[in-house]
Amino acid sequence: MGNYQVNKTYQEINEKIKKGQAVVVTAEEIIDLVRRKGEAEAARTVDVVTTGTFSPMCSSGAILNFGHSKPPIKASRAWLNNVPAYAGLAAVDVYLGATEPATDDPLNKVYPGEFKYGGGHVIQDLVAGKTVHLVAESYGTDCYPNKKLEKDLTLKDFLNAVLFNPRNCYQNYNCAVNLSNRTIYTYMGPLRPRAGNANFCTAGQLSPLFNDPYYRTIGIGTRIFLGGGVGYVCFPGTQHNPGKLRGENGVPLSPAGTLMVLGDLKKMSPRFLVGASLLGYGCSLAVGLGIPIPMLNEEMAHFCAVTDEQLLAPIIDYGHDYPAATGRVLGHVSYAQLKTGKMELDGQEIPTVPLSSLVRAREVAQILKEWITQGQFLLGEPVDLLPGSDEIHCVPTASRDS
Amino acid sequence: MHAEMLVLQFSRKVVDQPIIYRLVKDFNLEFNLLKAAINPQQEGVIVMELRGHPQDFRRGLKFLRDAGVQVKRVAGEVRRNDELCYQCGACTAVCPTGALYIERPAMSVAFAAERCSACELCCPVCPARAMEVKLNRNAI
Repeated sequence: MGNYQVNKTYQEINEKIKKGQAVVVTAEEIIDLVRRKGEAEAARTVDVVTTGTFSPMCSSGAILNFGHSKPPIKASRAWLNNVPAYAGLAAVDVYLGATEPATDDPLNKVYPGEFKYGGGHVIQDLVAGKTVHLVAESYGTDCYPNKKLEKDLTLKDFLNAVLFNPRNCYQNYNCAVNLSNRTIYTYMGPLRPRAGNANFCTAGQLSPLFNDPYYRTIGIGTRIFLGGGVGYVCFPGTQHNPGKLRGENGVPLSPAGTLMVLGDLKKMSPRFLVGASLLGYGCSLAVGLGIPIPMLNEEMAHFCAVTDEQLLAPIIDYGHDYPAATGRVLGHVSYAQLKTGKMELDGQEIPTVPLSSLVRAREVAQILKEWITQGQFLLGEPVDLLPGSDEIHCVPTASRDS
Repeated sequence: MHAEMLVLQFSRKVVDQPIIYRLVKDFNLEFNLLKAAINPQQEGVIVMELRGHPQDFRRGLKFLRDAGVQVKRVAGEVRRNDELCYQCGACTAVCPTGALYIERPAMSVAFAAERCSACELCCPVCPARAMEVKLNRNAI
């Protein structure tokens, strides 16, 4: 334990939560509090700061167990509402990925493809209580003789349904422009030629990993708000790269840390798991995710008081540099600037466009705040912290972090 | 101010006449061209938004018809399904009339239906597909 004026433990904070005495504020509300009272006093007063984000997160999906039929089947191929699910697991376990399009989707054959229905949409339909049509095929075995199964199910009919997202919640993300001469369709939305628009996709000062830049409290076992229900950080996400260059405030200047998360899909809501269709790119799932940050000491209050002015996104050209993996960064722009609606690049004024919903990110942080205030949600102390910059060897991604 | 999206079809006889020029000069109308093409049979088609005082608009439309141009009003109307919209803002990148815009500092996405020209560009761009095309009964 460092030399802090304030020293709180998870146990102490959880005791206060159980008694309904915990003081909880959002990552936006703490900013003004720290400004007025200072970091130590803010850490003393506040017990938990809630964060939130809501945007398309492609590396998402669901592990579904559809239960044994009579006669039983060892599914080797499976579809839900005509969207293929991976069946290379045990007999009736499948993994449905968010970006998997329906089998009859024309993809980009008619460019730009619309990608109207995919895995993310199936997940939203499931949590909305809608019936989905399952088709499973098998080659048949002595113990599992059934070769074909078709049935209609709702989420309740599945034995287990777990949202399992290998990479969510990127710590920082690119600001995308297009310096080429034609409109391009990317996972960062349509980008008009000659830097006609600049798209960005984080919640800025409300975003979870911006408020705990060195992963001091967010680790394996952290209990979180996930898709409207309760989830957990279960591991560092894929491509987790804490070694990216950081600013003086410790916040990475490009996409860095990521989280692998999971939670019980049956308790989630279609308001916070929304199927997305990204024109010319593919299907996805917009995920609402919120993380509580315990005010263990004044350093955490310092981190949580970070503002949009101090958070910088790298500007990347998706017309040439990104697909060619040159790794070139055109510059940096603050989230405060991005949220004004315009920015400057080489003397040219460019409209800025958010892809991440700040409105719904605020809703996530607010709901999490209410859960904790009402004593329904306790903090999970990490059993292990995420790898920091000195502990992990990362393969460079040349800014391609999708 | 009245604005409408129109599809104009020009026969071979009129395709070489400065009709749009007269529409602007004589009727004080503003146009925003979205598509213009001449097919191999020398017939022309123009898709444009026409905007102006309602009276000028009516007189302009009469002029077009008298000149032998076939005028079709685009009977579409774009509406937002607020149940589906999750307020990201992706649509604001493509909206040519500013009907879709961000309200600050709330960062909520507003839709001013009266400014919408029903160009439908936002429809496929919306990740949640919340922008829907409906039949505009007033335009029929």
